[in-house]
Amino acid sequence: MPNKKDYTNGLPDPSALRDEILKKYPPKIAKKRVKGMVINDPSVEQEVMANVRTIPGIITQRGCTYAGCKGVVLGPTRDIINLVHGPIGCSFYAWLTRRNQTRPAEGEDNYITYCFSTDMQDSNIVFGGEAKLKEAIREAFEIFKPKAIGVFSTCPVGLIGDDVHSVSRDMKAELGINIFGFSCEGYRGVSQSAGHHIANNGVFKNVVGLNDRARTGKFQVNMLGEYNIGGDAFELEALFEEAGITLLSSFSGNSTIKSMEYSHTADLNMVMCHRSINYIAEMMEEKYGIPWVKVNFIGAESTAKSLRKVADYFGDAGLKAKVEEIIERELAKVNAVKVSIKPKVEGKLAMMFVGGSRAHHYQDLFNELGIRTVSAGYEFAHRDDYEGRKVIPTIKIDADSRNIEELTVTKDEKLFRNDLVAKKADLESKGFEFKDYAGMMPDMAKNSLIIDDVNHWETEKLIEFYKPDVFCAGIKEKYVVQKAGVPLKQLHSYDYGGPYAAFGGAINFYIEMERMLATNIWKMIDAPWKHESELVGSMTIEA
Amino acid sequence: MLLRHTTKEVRERNALTVNPAKTCQPVGAMYAALGVHGCLPHSHGSQGCCSYHRSALTRHYKEPVMAATSSFTEGSSVFGGQANLLQAIETIFAVYEPEIIAVHSTCLSETIGDDLNQIVIKARDEGKVPFGKYVVQAATPSYVGSHVTGYANMLEAFVKYFAEKTDEKRRQINLLSGWVEPADMRELKRIMKVMKIKSVLLPDTSDVLDTPMTGKFEMYPKGGTTIAEMVSMGDSMQSLGLGEWATEKAAISLDNTCRVPFEITDIPVGIKATDRFIQALAKAGRVSIPEQISEERGRLIDVITDMHQYLYGKRVAVYGDPDNIIPLIEFLVDMDMQPVYIVSGTPGKHFESRMAEILSERVPEAKYKNGPQADMFLMHQWIKENPVDLLIGNTYGKYVARDENIPFVRMGFPIIDRIGHSYFSTLGYMGGLRIVEKILSVLMDKQDATCLEEKFELVM
Repeated sequence: MPNKKDYTNGLPDPSALRDEILKKYPPKIAKKRVKGMVINDPSVEQEVMANVRTIPGIITQRGCTYAGCKGVVLGPTRDIINLVHGPIGCSFYAWLTRRNQTRPAEGEDNYITYCFSTDMQDSNIVFGGEAKLKEAIREAFEIFKPKAIGVFSTCPVGLIGDDVHSVSRDMKAELGINIFGFSCEGYRGVSQSAGHHIANNGVFKNVVGLNDRARTGKFQVNMLGEYNIGGDAFELEALFEEAGITLLSSFSGNSTIKSMEYSHTADLNMVMCHRSINYIAEMMEEKYGIPWVKVNFIGAESTAKSLRKVADYFGDAGLKAKVEEIIERELAKVNAVKVSIKPKVEGKLAMMFVGGSRAHHYQDLFNELGIRTVSAGYEFAHRDDYEGRKVIPTIKIDADSRNIEELTVTKDEKLFRNDLVAKKADLESKGFEFKDYAGMMPDMAKNSLIIDDVNHWETEKLIEFYKPDVFCAGIKEKYVVQKAGVPLKQLHSYDYGGPYAAFGGAINFYIEMERMLATNIWKMIDAPWKHESELVGSMTIEA
Repeated sequence: MLLRHTTKEVRERNALTVNPAKTCQPVGAMYAALGVHGCLPHSHGSQGCCSYHRSALTRHYKEPVMAATSSFTEGSSVFGGQANLLQAIETIFAVYEPEIIAVHSTCLSETIGDDLNQIVIKARDEGKVPFGKYVVQAATPSYVGSHVTGYANMLEAFVKYFAEKTDEKRRQINLLSGWVEPADMRELKRIMKVMKIKSVLLPDTSDVLDTPMTGKFEMYPKGGTTIAEMVSMGDSMQSLGLGEWATEKAAISLDNTCRVPFEITDIPVGIKATDRFIQALAKAGRVSIPEQISEERGRLIDVITDMHQYLYGKRVAVYGDPDNIIPLIEFLVDMDMQPVYIVSGTPGKHFESRMAEILSERVPEAKYKNGPQADMFLMHQWIKENPVDLLIGNTYGKYVARDENIPFVRMGFPIIDRIGHSYFSTLGYMGGLRIVEKILSVLMDKQDATCLEEKFELVM
């Protein structure tokens, strides 16, 4: 069990730690890694190297493009058959392993509990797999009669030249349902991030805008980049419903393809996970004139702030009053729990290395409890998620990012919302910010250590140096960190707890931190006789 | 309903797999390599493969699972992954300092035609492999066989690489383990001790994937078959392979290269398979079977006779890997249960003949299938047509179990929602006792929860 450190007078300069980490690397690797490790100073502009290739052999947290596309973005949508074209593993591993909860009505389609694959064999690799893919789509249609089928490419598909897009077009014509493909082969990008982009493009091209249905609410919004891990979306849905805000569609927690088809009739897009979904927000603004704002519903204060932002956007007095009423009521509940837990956990140290937004968002929850984040980083984010969207024009396009198609989006003359454009201009002139993501770094303390794509070696050294009280990462890191005597909270799966979003979620998280940080089990690691001298008795069997 | 689209009408499928009862080769190669001491598995492919396999194994064991990846990008996929693997070997030895890197391929590197053997030789020639360190490689294309095939290929690679034949035979036998749990490997070693037979167990994941909490992370835990042990396998008197699918290749390789004769027997699950295993051991080690083993056997039979009424005639559906479920099915039949539906995604023609041999007389109505489209969807459809009393398989069965209200015993890979499998063995007679206990518990729990109040029993 590591000894506690006292950082009440500010965080220590971690330069020596950084040097020690780098010393182990061959020079070429050290030269690259140092650019991804920044000693934070919020008073100056700092650049972090992100969204670049992981060095082969490094034990990384990252996954692949397919995981980002099928697993993250499309996975949570229930009324579509997600058919994976490839050998069996890719579909098997993405089968129910992300905790995207979903709540279908009686009789409504739900394919999330199923795993569909073409289970490619060597003959398909040699002679091509298109015929098998077509047959698999036919079989899926005949057995399940789905409204839509998505086809996901795995690594070999692109290499052998199977064209999932033309097969999808043919089958769409043959079967008369919406069928579309994704070129999300695992190797397409440097991480899951490429897959998010590919998924955004595919959904925008093939789904968004198919149904121009009439308005159903006074304030119509979409929630983008919320995946309903552990029921987060259910918390948010209840919140919006009470406020009188109509949530048209989520991308993609607790979602349906059907709802995405009319998502372009919204008045506002709220972006939660900037990294995985900002592309759709941007494209919807270009095509339909729908503005987007960055929100964060992780943390009670952040939830209040985000709710107020949405109410301010609509500018409706009734809505504003309702939102204030909810905030007041809910914060009272949150604070009642907080006052009993905060004194027990205040001053503890946290570290978080996860995802493309969670490593930032969760700092708000920790701050509310007085727990400091000493080091953090993303698994697959880009520079703008660290430094803010202002750096986007300066991000170099490299060979890996060039791979991913940038859709050319044109204005939909019929549906374009000039009223929203005018509203946006008006609000902007009053200081209201749109597309307002300033990134993780400005929110972090001086001398905190920012590390992009942290790896196993760095994790070990970080624990040794900071001796954190809680470490946040994913399943692969969970038991590595815990073996070192530090509790790990998974921020992908929430360790099968949660929800942690909105006010109710904040309460859950506080209680969870109390549980994790107050337990005595970690103090029992050493047996009581560990430090006793050894006795050699005369009654041993050998004696 | 969790699986609301599953109906009893079975439509023949030739292309679509739904809810598979298998996964792909590399995860098996990774698991096998974890059973070698000081070894870091390496996945030569996209990052996702390594990430998925590590996640699957971590969820199953709730233990650290360390492995590295070649992190392919579009460029490496077009121009070949040689540069990535050379770089990876250099990085791994510098940063993570293993004794051995066990490289396995993926569908990606196999499709582009990377020659692992040639790349590893090049790494050695270029001085990227430090003195006294090793790089072993196995081809594990994901589009052939299943996870079991990958395990078998990695096992073969280890013995091919390390086993050496010298002039002196050793009075020991090679025990090649099929894909079983760390607790099972521990039990195999205990049985060898009781039998007083010297042996080398390969692989051995005990003390690797069931390590104690010490407050200190060990990248290479104390368990695992050592290099010296693997080298010595070439001089052993005999090899005993437990499970044809997982161990036959390695056993044949030891015979071909080192002239170590072999016998393949089933994984010792239940009575008869354990009988055969013990007899094979006694023959190979030229020892008589100790009383202790007979007593353990007696205890198992005793419990079955005590509780026979709760087992007799119960209809069971089983899915999993051939090496594991063949002896299990035999055990169920020995207890007068009725294994009526059996699927395994792992191909292999012996499956059918073994099933026929076990089932044709005692359970003539049994339906079984392995290979393409032998998936859990098909099994569920059979269950919809005519229900069963018990379901046995990996965690994915819980969706079927809940929808159909079937008592469910978790066995196989992966088990990601319960603990116990890695700590309590299901092998040998004592492991058989655990299987019986688990089966009885779920059957009797259901009776207790659902019977009429006047039929509620205190003593059962």
